[in-house]
Amino acid sequence: MTGMIIEGKTGNWEVICGLEIHCQIISKSKMFSGASTHYGSDPNENVSFIDAGMPGMLPTLNKECVHQAIKTGLGLNAVINKYSEFARKNYFYADLPQGYQISQFKYPIVGEGFVKIDLEDGSSKNIGIERMHIEQDAGKSIHDISPDKSFIDLNRAGVGLMEIVTKPDFRSPEEAGAFLRKLRSIVRYLETCDGNMDEGSMRCDVNVSVRKIGEEGYRTRCEMKNVNSVKFVMQAIESEAKRHVEVYETGGTIEQETRQFDPAKGISKVMRKKEFAHDYRYFPEPDLLPLVLDEAWIEQIKSELVELPDAKKARFIKELGLTPYDADVLCENRETAEFFEKAAKGHDAKKVANWMMGDFFAMLNEKKITLDESPISPENLGKLVDLITGNIINGKTAKDVFEIMAETGENPEKIVEERGLKQVTDTGAIEALVDQIIAENPDNVAAYKNGKNNLLGWFVGQVMKASKGKANPAIVNKMLMEKLN
Amino acid sequence: MDRMTDLTKLTIAEAKEGLKKKEFSTTELTKAYLNKMDECRRLNAYVCETPDLALKQAQVSQEKYQNGTAGDLEGIPLGIKDLFCTKGIATTACSNILKGFVPPYESTVTSKLLAAGASFLGKLNLDEFAMGGSNETSAFGPVINPWSKDVPLVAGGSSGGSAAAVAANMCAGATGTDTGGSIRQPSAYCGVTGIKPTYGRCSRYGIIAFASSLDQAGPIAKDVRDCAIMLKTMSGYDAKDATSAKIDVPDFEAYLGQDIKGMKIGLPKEFYVDGLDKEIAAYWNKAAEMLKARGAEVVEVSLPHIKYALATYYIIAPAEASSNLARYDGLRFGNRIDGKHLDDMYINSRTAGFGKEVKRRIMIGTYVLSAGYYDAYYLRAQKVRRLIREDYLKAFEKCDVMLTPTAPTAAFAIGDKSMNENPILMWLNDIFTVSVSLAGLPAMSLPIGLSEAGLPLGMQLVGKAFDEASIFKVADALEKDVDFRKVR
Amino acid sequence: MAIDKETVKRIAFLSRLKVDDDKIEATEEEFNKILQWVDQLAEVNVDGVEPLISVNDGCLTLREDEVTEGNQSEAVLANAPMKEYGYFTVPKVVE
Repeated sequence: MTGMIIEGKTGNWEVICGLEIHCQIISKSKMFSGASTHYGSDPNENVSFIDAGMPGMLPTLNKECVHQAIKTGLGLNAVINKYSEFARKNYFYADLPQGYQISQFKYPIVGEGFVKIDLEDGSSKNIGIERMHIEQDAGKSIHDISPDKSFIDLNRAGVGLMEIVTKPDFRSPEEAGAFLRKLRSIVRYLETCDGNMDEGSMRCDVNVSVRKIGEEGYRTRCEMKNVNSVKFVMQAIESEAKRHVEVYETGGTIEQETRQFDPAKGISKVMRKKEFAHDYRYFPEPDLLPLVLDEAWIEQIKSELVELPDAKKARFIKELGLTPYDADVLCENRETAEFFEKAAKGHDAKKVANWMMGDFFAMLNEKKITLDESPISPENLGKLVDLITGNIINGKTAKDVFEIMAETGENPEKIVEERGLKQVTDTGAIEALVDQIIAENPDNVAAYKNGKNNLLGWFVGQVMKASKGKANPAIVNKMLMEKLN
Repeated sequence: MDRMTDLTKLTIAEAKEGLKKKEFSTTELTKAYLNKMDECRRLNAYVCETPDLALKQAQVSQEKYQNGTAGDLEGIPLGIKDLFCTKGIATTACSNILKGFVPPYESTVTSKLLAAGASFLGKLNLDEFAMGGSNETSAFGPVINPWSKDVPLVAGGSSGGSAAAVAANMCAGATGTDTGGSIRQPSAYCGVTGIKPTYGRCSRYGIIAFASSLDQAGPIAKDVRDCAIMLKTMSGYDAKDATSAKIDVPDFEAYLGQDIKGMKIGLPKEFYVDGLDKEIAAYWNKAAEMLKARGAEVVEVSLPHIKYALATYYIIAPAEASSNLARYDGLRFGNRIDGKHLDDMYINSRTAGFGKEVKRRIMIGTYVLSAGYYDAYYLRAQKVRRLIREDYLKAFEKCDVMLTPTAPTAAFAIGDKSMNENPILMWLNDIFTVSVSLAGLPAMSLPIGLSEAGLPLGMQLVGKAFDEASIFKVADALEKDVDFRKVR
Repeated sequence: MAIDKETVKRIAFLSRLKVDDDKIEATEEEFNKILQWVDQLAEVNVDGVEPLISVNDGCLTLREDEVTEGNQSEAVLANAPMKEYGYFTVPKVVE
């Protein structure tokens, strides 16, 4: 049980939450026109006459957007509907040029599915997907250039969107957070959406209601529009649920309404009451025929699907012996997982995982670079681990070699060879150094023999220093113990 | 050749012949039409004239005749219904809301006509956004039917300008569009020939939308042959229109003069409506007799749901229109009347920009789609639409082409009080044409004769989907027997 | 189904059209006449009939994902009643 319980004066309440997520589809051109989807162009540069809603212009559907939707649907373990229809959602807004949005209503392209989320206590839960449909994005209204005018840029108008609607399966903010991270991971693996909530390529509407523990059915819900980070979504759910409990417990009622969550204040305020709810007047889009998918196409997409995070994680645990935690971290993003797999190939996977999650990630952080900019190739990271497991270098030297790799990008074998960093495992040579250190430090030898056991480490350090770090510390340790005891 | 005295009386086929034989030049032909436009300006058929452009195009065409590269419509001066977007030429749909709009693009149909060598004399009047049956809803005022005698008569609608311009020889042929009868009814009222092809035959790209699932472009011309010539050029699959059909375009002209012996001509019994004008009923019988005399077999067919066609149409068309016309908001093009807030700007611009009939239909359309009424109106209408289409499919198992009147009456007077007071009365003019539109089938109107009052009356030939060829075959036969040119 | 004055006002607003106060009653009357007339469809038995969405028999053709348009902001803005700095402008939008 990972649900959030709100202890009220009249009893315990549980949170009921569902999410609607808009994911911008990755494609070169827009969903219904040949204009570019490029982000960051000059205003109204990437606008076709279709996107501008000019008289007589007609939409034509981009194949890639459908392909991406099918891929995503499969990633959500969902039913792909071979028959779907486009519908017009009618409303007036400055950045909606046609006066309607081409969307899907009665017959979406993707039906029911589920996403497995992993929770901190080690349990997992399936979150139901109600449906996913495709639609066009609106343009952008800019309100801060002039005090009395809004500026309209239609570059985004017509970019493809996937709207994923979950079932009301979330019982805590944590579950919603875990879901969003997993969904982001899935769409990034599939390369169907870049999943950046802060840039708006993934946007989330949150529906929240509460009910008494044991109560059947649902109470009135409120919707919070466009919450733009995982953290804010979690905060929004918690604050909204608490507000509902408080309203109920003070004898009030919750009205169905649309609200806006203010992350700075941590509370939501009313945007639109139900009586002012839009009447979208959906009807089948007469400019487009029904979308009928060929079974063979769906099968082909299925066969080309990449291994998704859940499957990869399971394989890392089973075949490579990683802990669930390590596997989870390494699988969250596809590039990391693939880098890891390349690095671990033919080497000690667990050690490679440790190096990646430790020094390697720290290095990327410090240099403020991304994985694909890493000076250390996955192959070289694997080789470094091999040098350690093969006792060619010790752990201390390995850290130095890693530093050099991070600077030069060189092959660790070459670094070790050229700089003579191979560790000394020749017991004769080590014994000479051990004897020398014992001879030079009679006082400490005496102290150790008198029970100051922690001096052993000091002796090891001295020998290592004398070997310029190249002695095998395990052999040094063993030999010192024998000689001093 | 006596027609040489007035080149505008030539059909497209005749004009092409004359140009080929160098009996006259494209410039002479164009100038003849420009003169006629001058003479007939009182008819109010054109809302925008482009004489300079037409003369320039004529020069280019003349060279093509010289070097033997003339296209199918080379040097033929056409009029374009002002619902087709024409690049660089004002396009208004005869609405104030599109005042000053100059499209930066060309409709597919007009592109094809230009590519075939046609020249454009100007843009033709229509009912605002093609909503109307008398051309009286135009922001430019009504077109006057060239057949008017004492009182000015309507030219019909919505392609009233197109039909009147062809009838008055102000162009060699014209484009029209038909949503519920907008090519056929004005053709009948003006004594010319017009065909609405099968839905999907002509691309809708660049044609200002009224009701997307019904709108179709088609030609209005002086005779059946000219319609065949124009339609061939206007038709064809267009990747820019998802509803255009991937079906080969036959050479319609090749079907003219073919024997109609053994063809089955269906007469839908439900079209014998109460109060059907006696003259029209008589002409209907006469037309059937003419076809019979040529060896065609006349059979009675039944379209049981036909009486619901008008109501169905007046739900579906306004619903689609209410959405299609949402883009006219004064923001990106057209006339803006500012307001304090965005909604004020929308309301001010739209209220001032749209005329009465358009506003009426937008509101009806909005209502039938709105929450709580969708199932009772729009969804039900779509279901009845299927029943109507199935009626036609079934009836066409028994016949090749159907013969019906085009309109229940001849042209009526402009400003007819009863029709202006009761929109439904006006809508009833579409009674024979809308069901065909709902079924998406091709249909032609051609003149059958004159009423006692001396006004032209039309007959409608309806074909199976994508079988315009059979219509042309039968129409050509009928045209020969009627010889309406002589009647004129 | 009959409509009342409130519905007329609501429909007018949804359509972003203004019906003058002195015209509301006439509009209501006219609409009710029209609706009464289209109500004849209620007598048709449509049990088990699928709505007809398109008379085309084919299914939707898909377009290849290629950038074929754009870099034409001048043409896109050419007909705009008001524009500034390459944007369309409207009265300030307040939510």
